[in-house]
Amino acid sequence: MMLDGTEDEEKFLAAGIAGLQQNSFYMHRALDSNNLRDALKYSAQMLSELRTSKLSPHKYYELYMRAFDQLRKLEMFFEEETRRGCSIIDLYELVQHAGNILPRLYLLCTVGSVYIKSKEAPAKDVLKDLVEMCRGIQNPVRGLFLRSYLSQVSKDKLPDIGSEYEGDADTVSDAVEFVLQNFTEMNKLWVRMQHQVGKNLHVLSQIEGVDLDMYKDVVLPRVLEQVVNCKDELAQFYLMDCIIQVFPDEYHLQTLDVLLGAYPQLQPSVDIKTVLSQLMERLSNYAASSAEVLPEFLQVEAFSKLSNAIGKVIEAQPDMATAGVVTLYSSLLTFTLHVHPDRLDYADQVLGACVKNLSGKGKIEDKKATKQIVALLSAPLEKYNDIMTALKLSNYPRVMEFLDIPTNKVMATVIIQSIMKNATRISTSDKVEALFELIKGLIKDSDATPNDELDEDDFKEEQNSVARLIQMLYNEDPEEMFKIIETVRKHILTGGPKRLPFTVPPLMFSSLKLVRQLQGQGQEENPFGDDSATSPKKIFQLLNQTIETLSGVLAPELALQLCLQCAEAANDCELEPVAYEFFTQAYILYEEEISDSRAQVTAIHLIIGTLQRMHVFGVENRDTLTHKATGYSAKLLKKPDQCRAVYACSHLFWVDDHDNMKDGERVLLCLKRALRIANAAQQMANAARGNTGSVMLFIEILNKYLYFFEKGNPQVTVAAIQGLIELIMNEMQSDTATSDPSADAFLATTMRYIQFQKQKGGTVGEKYEPIKV
Amino acid sequence: MVLVLALGDLHVPHRAPDLPAKFKSMLVPGKIQHIICTGNLCIKEVHDYLKTLCPDLHIARGEYDEETKYPETKTLTIGQFKLGLCHGHQVIPWGDLDSLAMLQRQLDVDILVTGHTHQFTAYKHEGGVVINPGSATGAYSSITYDVNPSFVLMDIDGLRVVVYVYELIDGEVKVDKIDFKKTSSNQSTQ
Repeated sequence: MMLDGTEDEEKFLAAGIAGLQQNSFYMHRALDSNNLRDALKYSAQMLSELRTSKLSPHKYYELYMRAFDQLRKLEMFFEEETRRGCSIIDLYELVQHAGNILPRLYLLCTVGSVYIKSKEAPAKDVLKDLVEMCRGIQNPVRGLFLRSYLSQVSKDKLPDIGSEYEGDADTVSDAVEFVLQNFTEMNKLWVRMQHQVGKNLHVLSQIEGVDLDMYKDVVLPRVLEQVVNCKDELAQFYLMDCIIQVFPDEYHLQTLDVLLGAYPQLQPSVDIKTVLSQLMERLSNYAASSAEVLPEFLQVEAFSKLSNAIGKVIEAQPDMATAGVVTLYSSLLTFTLHVHPDRLDYADQVLGACVKNLSGKGKIEDKKATKQIVALLSAPLEKYNDIMTALKLSNYPRVMEFLDIPTNKVMATVIIQSIMKNATRISTSDKVEALFELIKGLIKDSDATPNDELDEDDFKEEQNSVARLIQMLYNEDPEEMFKIIETVRKHILTGGPKRLPFTVPPLMFSSLKLVRQLQGQGQEENPFGDDSATSPKKIFQLLNQTIETLSGVLAPELALQLCLQCAEAANDCELEPVAYEFFTQAYILYEEEISDSRAQVTAIHLIIGTLQRMHVFGVENRDTLTHKATGYSAKLLKKPDQCRAVYACSHLFWVDDHDNMKDGERVLLCLKRALRIANAAQQMANAARGNTGSVMLFIEILNKYLYFFEKGNPQVTVAAIQGLIELIMNEMQSDTATSDPSADAFLATTMRYIQFQKQKGGTVGEKYEPIKV
Repeated sequence: MVLVLALGDLHVPHRAPDLPAKFKSMLVPGKIQHIICTGNLCIKEVHDYLKTLCPDLHIARGEYDEETKYPETKTLTIGQFKLGLCHGHQVIPWGDLDSLAMLQRQLDVDILVTGHTHQFTAYKHEGGVVINPGSATGAYSSITYDVNPSFVLMDIDGLRVVVYVYELIDGEVKVDKIDFKKTSSNQSTQ
């Protein structure tokens, strides 16, 4: 098929028609005189015109239709002949004498049709025969038309259910088989034909002489003319794509008007959006390939042309699927990002147009469409590597509004990942507000759907990513940082009980970091006055209210831990009432909400450990809290836990760097109490199991004695230590003692320690001297 | 030579988003034979990450750990050394070396690794060595101000252990090392 010489084609067609008409005239004359031989001869000659290679499919079709009409008449003649007694089998054989294969096959098909009607052979056999023989024509155009003829003449003769051709041997599956085979072969020819067509374009593109001007003035208009005129949707799609792929991108840029102008002229069923998307993709890649080509894009106003083209296409196809619409805008956005990276207004425009098109559709639920929207929204993120820039696009959040909840979460996760990957610092409360609006699918349940279908692990992962995000929100200026904290708090409090244990801790620690920062800056400098400025006190008030949300069945252990953290921070700020309040809260949580024994032990350790470090309390407050702590310790469930907690409390009465917090007597009281508990534990073991328990606890208490002895507590005497050592030895040697290798080892290391201290010399050596091991 | 990574108190995601990038690029799978972790990871993702660095992972429970089944203390033997592991919030006063030494005697180990204070320390006494690898993420601590991210790598070779401490200070990784030697398997470290 040649592109030049359409006038030549007309000539060839005319010649073909003339030849065809001439031969058919003689054929008719032979038919009228019942001259079968001559009729066949002239019909074969007539059909030879179809052997031409010089016509485009379009023109070939005109020739074919004329031949088709003639063959109808021939068929009628064959029917008459068979009725007159001529053997159809003989006829079938006779036509095979035609010289050339193509006429032979057309005749065979024609006879075959009669053959089937005669029912002298099963339809299935004849059809099978014909469809196989047509393989002889591999030329795409001729083959397609031949098979088309076959399918025409056979269509009412298929052994379908209820058809007169349904026999015992012939079934529907045979009919189906026949049609399928024909179809398969036709498809192969069709594809081959397309490639041939495409190859022509390729050849064109390789011709050196086809420069931009020639392309613009000669090649493109002619090619487009052909494409439009062929009026075949598949061909048009294929060819438009071909043009885009085969010719250089700069040509496309310079002929954008012409190219885009052809689109509306194509058949309405052509998949324009794919063609457009591919064009934009190519141009995007072109733009990305080198910065030098970018000015060209500006010069030809590529963006506005493409924008308008898309608008027109969408208008022209109101039934276009949402996924298709979004794909178009997605391609345009990618194009814009590559070609005009600094023009945020263009990007926003694209998003705005998309929003306009999507409005009125409510939440999009079609999976393909939502996937495309995620791709659309991810593009600016990937390009700018900064969510903040993406947020400058006013339409960005509007597009997100269209996502259903699961997809919103997916997008939110993409956004958070982008922030984490690029270590983006989000530094103002406004930006935080905008961000949290965007990711609200993760922050709270939507009104529409309940959230309980989510897998627990997935939920944890989600919330943990929100927690990580909170770490990225920071501003050095305390005022702004406090605003950020308030904004975050506002949002996470809408999250409901399931989310708070994940989101409150990171907020808390961000706040405590701020407190520390303010500490460093000195609280006396308060030019703005107490009310307005951010101060540790203000922050603690906020935290107090926030931790309350965690109490109840929610997460009391976590709440307690956080209270103690705040107490310690308040201690460092010299805010005694605030610290006391936090301790009170912690104690209430302990008393009312922590009942698991293991949790209690951990809680006690934290309480004692924190309290031990507090220096801000006055005597009364300290006493109250200490008294309570010791009380809790003694009431733990298991005796060993009790014992250990009580001797830990001894440290509450002895703080190294504060001389007025060294109460030797109360230390000893604690240790003695611990000893009593250890004794009771031994007796219990004896009563319950018939042998005394391990001496481990005694050895631990001994070590504590040594600790305070070294620190210079006058109440811890050598005698007391000696007595304890003897007690341990006795217990270990008693008949009812259980052997405990770890206790033995501990005793050994302890004795070794005492020896070592003795050998140290100096004051330490002197102290240890009297102890006998 | 056996490489043992000691780290802890990452507090992900409550107090830190992740390990510092510079640490992550240094910690490559396949180079380390054991990991001992003082606890407070706090989430499974951190556990899984550590597992990819080295399958022999030992963790003691910190008070914020999501996984409640980690033990309070753990002892293990690596080469000629007995190591003990404990988060440290159970040892009061927090960070007090004498109290930690008592725990060391109780566990009867040459090297005791604890955390909780987020402050790197390596303390040698007659009973052995007490090491605190600090916080690998530089997480906030009520006990220590200005925490720098840090972790410890121990190179155990016969009776000698070299303790390398890696600290991220102002964006740069600084390394320091301390030598410890045991006189024999039975006696304490000197």
